Amino acid sequence: MTVTEERPTTEVGTPRRRKEDQRLVTGRTRWTDNLQLPGMLHLAMVRSPVARAKITSVDVAEARSAPGVLAVITGSDVADIQGSLPNAWPVAEDQKAPPHPAIAVDQVSFAGEIVACVVARSAAEARDASELVDVEYDELPVVLDLAQAAADTELVHPDLGTNVSARWVFDSAEACSGGNVEDAIQEARDGGILIERTYRQQRLIPAFMEPRSVVVDPTGEQTTMWSATQIPHILRLMLALTCDIPESKLRVIAPDVGGGFGGKLQVTPEEVVTLLAARQVGRPCKYTESRSESLMVAHHGRDQIQKLTLAAKQDGTVTGLKVELLADMGAYLGLVTSGVPILGAFMFNAIYKFPAYHFACTNVFTNHAWTDAYRGAGRPEATYAIERLMDELAQEVGADPLEIREKNWIKHEEFPFTTVATLEYDSGNYEAATAKARELFGYDELRKEQAERRERNDPVQLGIGVSTYTEMCGLAPSRVLGALSYAAGGWEHASIRMLASGKVEVVTGSSAHGQGHETAWSQIVADRLGVPFEDVEVLHGDTLVAPKGMDTYGSRSLVIGGIAALRAADKVIEKAKVVAAHMLEASPDDLEFSAGKFTVKGTDKGTGIGDVAFAAFHAHDLPDGFEPSLDAEATMDPDNFSFPHGTHLCAVEVDTETGRTTIRKYVCVDDVGKVINPLIVEGQLHGGVAQGIAQALFEEAVYDESGTLVSGSLTDYLVPSAVDVPSMVTDRTETPSLTNELGVKGVGEAGTIASTPAVVNGIVDALRPYGVSDVPMPCTPHRVWTVLQAAGASGGGAA
Amino acid sequence: MIPAKFDYHAPSTVDEALRLLSEAEDAKVLAGGQSLIPVLRLRLAAPEVIVDLGRIEELRGVREDGDALAVGAMTPHADMIADPLVREHAALVAEAAETIADPQVRHRGTFGGALVHADPAGDMPTTAVALGAEFLIAGTRGTRTVAAEDFFEDLFTTAVGEDELLTQVRIPKHTGWGSHYEKFVRVAQQWSIVAVAAALRIDGDSIAEARVALTNMGSTPVRATAVEQRLIGIAPVADAVREAVVDVAEGTHPPSDLNGDADYRRHLATVLTGRAVLAAAAG
Ligand SMILES: Cc1cc2nc3c(=O)[nH]c(=O)nc-3n(C[C@H](O)[C@H](O)[C@H](O)COP(=O)(O)OP(=O)(O)OC[C@H]3O[C@@H](n4cnc5c(N)ncnc54)[C@H](O)[C@@H]3O)c2cc1C
Repeated sequence: MTVTEERPTTEVGTPRRRKEDQRLVTGRTRWTDNLQLPGMLHLAMVRSPVARAKITSVDVAEARSAPGVLAVITGSDVADIQGSLPNAWPVAEDQKAPPHPAIAVDQVSFAGEIVACVVARSAAEARDASELVDVEYDELPVVLDLAQAAADTELVHPDLGTNVSARWVFDSAEACSGGNVEDAIQEARDGGILIERTYRQQRLIPAFMEPRSVVVDPTGEQTTMWSATQIPHILRLMLALTCDIPESKLRVIAPDVGGGFGGKLQVTPEEVVTLLAARQVGRPCKYTESRSESLMVAHHGRDQIQKLTLAAKQDGTVTGLKVELLADMGAYLGLVTSGVPILGAFMFNAIYKFPAYHFACTNVFTNHAWTDAYRGAGRPEATYAIERLMDELAQEVGADPLEIREKNWIKHEEFPFTTVATLEYDSGNYEAATAKARELFGYDELRKEQAERRERNDPVQLGIGVSTYTEMCGLAPSRVLGALSYAAGGWEHASIRMLASGKVEVVTGSSAHGQGHETAWSQIVADRLGVPFEDVEVLHGDTLVAPKGMDTYGSRSLVIGGIAALRAADKVIEKAKVVAAHMLEASPDDLEFSAGKFTVKGTDKGTGIGDVAFAAFHAHDLPDGFEPSLDAEATMDPDNFSFPHGTHLCAVEVDTETGRTTIRKYVCVDDVGKVINPLIVEGQLHGGVAQGIAQALFEEAVYDESGTLVSGSLTDYLVPSAVDVPSMVTDRTETPSLTNELGVKGVGEAGTIASTPAVVNGIVDALRPYGVSDVPMPCTPHRVWTVLQAAGASGGGAA
Repeated sequence: MIPAKFDYHAPSTVDEALRLLSEAEDAKVLAGGQSLIPVLRLRLAAPEVIVDLGRIEELRGVREDGDALAVGAMTPHADMIADPLVREHAALVAEAAETIADPQVRHRGTFGGALVHADPAGDMPTTAVALGAEFLIAGTRGTRTVAAEDFFEDLFTTAVGEDELLTQVRIPKHTGWGSHYEKFVRVAQQWSIVAVAAALRIDGDSIAEARVALTNMGSTPVRATAVEQRLIGIAPVADAVREAVVDVAEGTHPPSDLNGDADYRRHLATVLTGRAVLAAAAG
């Protein structure tokens, strides 16, 4: 029995080192690929080397008789049982989607698609035999260019009759949330400012550190799947539906998972194939992808063309924005592929008040790997577009980019504010974050230096990039998801088990893949229950342990799952209060609870929550009718999103002789509401900013004209390392969210959303004197140099 | 990823290694494995026999040999970087080796391996060409010496035959020369998009001797002899140097890839040569 000491409630806000890091950093942990089960077999996939073809024959005879091989499975073997991989977000009633087989049956639609699977005693034997599978392809013309695909000249899936999967439109006049954008555009044309631009969001590869891996054990009453996934709960339901297994016969475990960035928010062909293979051979099976496979077939992100029209008055007041998107789905629809661009629809207006908005998105099939959620999912694209446009507007008006933003943004006294895209922003203070960033950055001094460099025609020019962003976190209120025709809700579940010894188990449905939930949830619950941090254990990622959950993505975990844990703790306290009152021979109304102790008001009579837990456990003397348990659960379904915001400032030096960009200074002031653990917040920002810089400068998935991924290894797909990312100055303002009782907002995607436009705005700012107004991403030295050459040829030149 | 099956031998002498190579049908030499292992894992090659040179002591280390340094083929990059003889007499090599990848790669990868691998984007071949190194190639019929300009034949192809070994590289001493390796990359751990090796002997106020060679401007390292000639006698100041190197990329055939096209590479080579020469003069 423990006696709980009195402790100050200081866990929330403490920069605790993460309790999970020791095992994650050393790797001595339960990564899926570390698992060894008795009699386990290994899988190797045979993948299509061509992007589009009819499969004319699959000869597996030689592979089947190779050493160690137990089975070779082809698409036609499983055609009747593999179902179709799920798309949970039909964005339009008439959305078109082709069947999505885990193993291709008679045709392939992108390079890397699985055409057969070898099951063998060792991974080496499986790999050797996979080379013996002889597949004949009758190649078909590929559809790669997005605009051409939209024109339907050649069809990716002829049966659909079109390459357009869906169109989705929002119009503020129709939604009665604002005016008519065409009127705003006409007015701008007649004497205001009209800015028309087309930006490309290049295709990115999530490139998580741990390649995807899956183990299936079919031998128990429940079939157990371990998978390096972000979504054990969704996966379980979807596999049950796809593969026709009773949900109750399937247990899914996401053990420690090494990163995801949305890339593991998927129901994958590899998971389905491993499940089918294990059921066929009746033994545990493992599949772990190679890095090359991962880059090629784990879903990609972004890949949109944004056609933008911004209308403004002469003084720089924005009057309307029209957005026309072409979004590349790739060859199939994954879990939320079709919804990603639509998430962006709510963010193009960002922190600004303009009164007219039109958004139209066309989702298009091509013969690329399919796209889906990638850190920020729709919001980075939107933020990039509007933040680039605000810089163009500033240039047009001849005003400072920060000034033009301030002219248009929502003032802090105007919250709550209903946006032209119909969201209600509950709180925010853009002035405060911007003022702080400006000072930390030394904005005015850098502008001065910029002027000097321009003056002396320095071959290395200085540019200052601004990005004042907001985003929507906490995906999502279930009603909103319903209105957007998403197939599931957005709630999150938590339960708390008070152990007899006074220790606490918190079970959360939101399972981390690197974010540090175990530490943060411990801090929240330790504070609420008044127990030591060390006494709280956070359990997650196993449908047996945490039966209910909606998993981790969309910066939702803390704002929904963390709050669920908090509410479960409150329910524990309510129950404990009844027992404590009984123990103290007082009325529950006369008790107060603080720092883990119930006391009778106005006396020194009290008892710790640990003692109460023990009393509830032995149940020798409980109030009449009291069910002997303090355990409680809570399901949180948010009323609204939360809206972090911030100001990122980036100074770049551009070497005009080589085109090379060097980030000289990066300052970000983010307002993520109340902070549970400043170290975790800072870590998320560092990683997020690095990933956003990577989109601006380094990363791009490139295909050749035959549909082969050229950037198919980390030699060609340039993920920056620590030395390629500048040291950042991070700071915060704290405007609490009003949508939850902790005032938290979410920080998982903020850095990625904010940083890309900050960097590119900086590069363009550096090159303005040469007549440059855009550099396509990634802004490689070669591209910058090419843009400079073109500008020079058209009569530009340094001031 | 898993390589195809192979037999593995780790001889302890050059003679034994040569015997193994001559006996096997389809053998490959393994040095640091930093280029070969990825090739095997991707199954771009599937040799039946691997002959690992890692246990042959005689192939490792740097020593003075008259007016040259004798470098064992199996000397790791990290040793080249730290070696006082290299730093004194062939600083260019140490400087270029510092730009290779990360500490793990530099401790495993070898000078000889990098030369025989002959990747056009590799940094070591350019330094060997710039400094006029000689290559000792051993076969069952004895050892021959090949000059740098004859060693690199094409991309990934050298004068070393299938059953031969590169055993030693002789680098003429460039004591007291200033040198600089100017490498252009997008991320730190990247093969050269273009790089320029420059070494200069300054006499008084002007350049007395110059060595300039380019990386990734063709299928093999390009020695810029015309530019070397033009640098002689001029003062190492910006305008004069830029003028002397202006056509350094003329006649080169660099590749076009995700990092840039041939025209851009030619432009880069010109800018970087100017910078390399000025930096070499300064240090
Ligand atoms: C991530 C990464 C980044 C890299 N970046 C760079 C870079 O920026 N610049 C750069 O220059 N290099 C780079 N390298 C390559 C590195 O320099 C390698 O060490 C080198 O290319 C090969 O040397 P090795 O000793 O590892 O040879 P191995 O990989 O073992 O062998 C390479 C080839 O040479 C043959 N070979 C090796 N030694 C001999 C010998 N003595 N006689 C005959 N044949 C022989 C082998 O058979 C094989 O064909 C990089 C490598 C990696 C893994």
